[in-house]
Amino acid sequence: MNAIYSLVFVFALVLIPLFGVGAAQQTYFFGVCVPWTAFLIFLVFFTAKIIKWASRPVPFSIPTTAGQQWSNLDFIVHDKYDNPATTGQTWIRMILEVFAFRSLFRNTSMRVAMKDGKPIVGYFSAKWLWLFALMFHYAFFTIAVRHLRLFLNPVPKVFEILETLDGLLQIGIPRLYLTDMVIVAAVMFLLLRRVAVPTVRYISQVADYFPLLLILAIAASGIYMRYYAKVDVVAIKQLILGMVTLHPVKPIPATIDISFFIHLFLVSTLIFYFPFSKLMHLGGVFLSPTRNMPNDSRFVRHVNPWNDPNIKPHSYAAYEDDFRTPMIAAGLPVDKEA
Amino acid sequence: MKLYNGGIILAGLVIFLGLVTMPVWANLGKPAYVPQKLTMPAAPNDKACIEDKEIMRNTHMQILDSWRDAVVRDGKRVYINRHGKQFAMSLQNTCMKCHNNKEEFCDKCHLEAAVTPYCWDCHIAPKGKKQ
Repeated sequence: MNAIYSLVFVFALVLIPLFGVGAAQQTYFFGVCVPWTAFLIFLVFFTAKIIKWASRPVPFSIPTTAGQQWSNLDFIVHDKYDNPATTGQTWIRMILEVFAFRSLFRNTSMRVAMKDGKPIVGYFSAKWLWLFALMFHYAFFTIAVRHLRLFLNPVPKVFEILETLDGLLQIGIPRLYLTDMVIVAAVMFLLLRRVAVPTVRYISQVADYFPLLLILAIAASGIYMRYYAKVDVVAIKQLILGMVTLHPVKPIPATIDISFFIHLFLVSTLIFYFPFSKLMHLGGVFLSPTRNMPNDSRFVRHVNPWNDPNIKPHSYAAYEDDFRTPMIAAGLPVDKEA
Repeated sequence: MKLYNGGIILAGLVIFLGLVTMPVWANLGKPAYVPQKLTMPAAPNDKACIEDKEIMRNTHMQILDSWRDAVVRDGKRVYINRHGKQFAMSLQNTCMKCHNNKEEFCDKCHLEAAVTPYCWDCHIAPKGKKQ
């Protein structure tokens, strides 16, 4: 049901610009006002959320210890990057996490089977999630970078190289982008995983399906614009550059196809939704205490920042001094009689 | 409000905000963008383009692609347009007869859109009449 709600919601989002531009001709509203508003909301609330997270103390030293911790016994091999002990090792763990999704790489699946009439539990390495998550994120990143050709003038040479590489297979005209295929395949996998695997479906909410379907709709509208509608790229560049230089073109060029406004509206929805959703893992991954703390609690004392400095340590001996008489009266053992 | 590890978090935040707003400051102080005007070939009046302007604008790449396939794979060399007029399917002998300067025509849009067609991997790019 959650998946259906999300799907209906994405359809509704497509209808808004479809009627807003197609019937009401509000090109300026959908072409300039909506994207700028969404972008400003993104900047403000993204910053606010990071500041909010940064102002939360971490009470305990809680790094995940996914390997052998450091020891001064030389026959114990320290797993440096899965159980880092120093800041440098923690940096490498973070870089591996951010760029290679190391924690997903450790994903396992569990199966129960019967052997000789007794159930046995087996754990298997499950790399599919890691693989498709990695494909998805890198394809998304490349696509975002590729769009900068519409935001910069003159376009630096590197974007021509990127265009050539992305269309390396020279399939069709305009050349089929590899990232277009990869992002659709990867989003489909991530979506089907939520729908088809009962255990994952059980914990999937609207907030899980909606971003996937929204991104799928964005990819689909982009693909439609490039390969089918053949939108007027130069007019779109004029609109976008007018927008980023804060001198929006007026009137909006009439040659821009409505599919562009749908694409733009869906992207605006995504960046507006971004700071309030699970998509904030973009910033959150850097602030995960379980990843960004070194496992050094054996040689560095982690003081809980929210401890009240007025509350002094209270030893057991002092405690017994406070309550000796009632303790003896209650028959409790005490270290020091009277 | 006290920030924990505020220095590094704020540094990362500033870098991120700088990157996502990059198009705004990268275009600061630059003149407003005006799409370049194509230099239309000075062709005789009887030599209209093979199809109407709108069709050419949207689908020239697909026409060229289908021409290549028709000529190279099927040996079919004659293109009949929607008005029944015949043209030789040839980039060199049909298109470049009039559009004889890549820099003044093709590049005008392609460079701005960072499009890199691979026509010139095989064909010789037209450079216009020698001055």
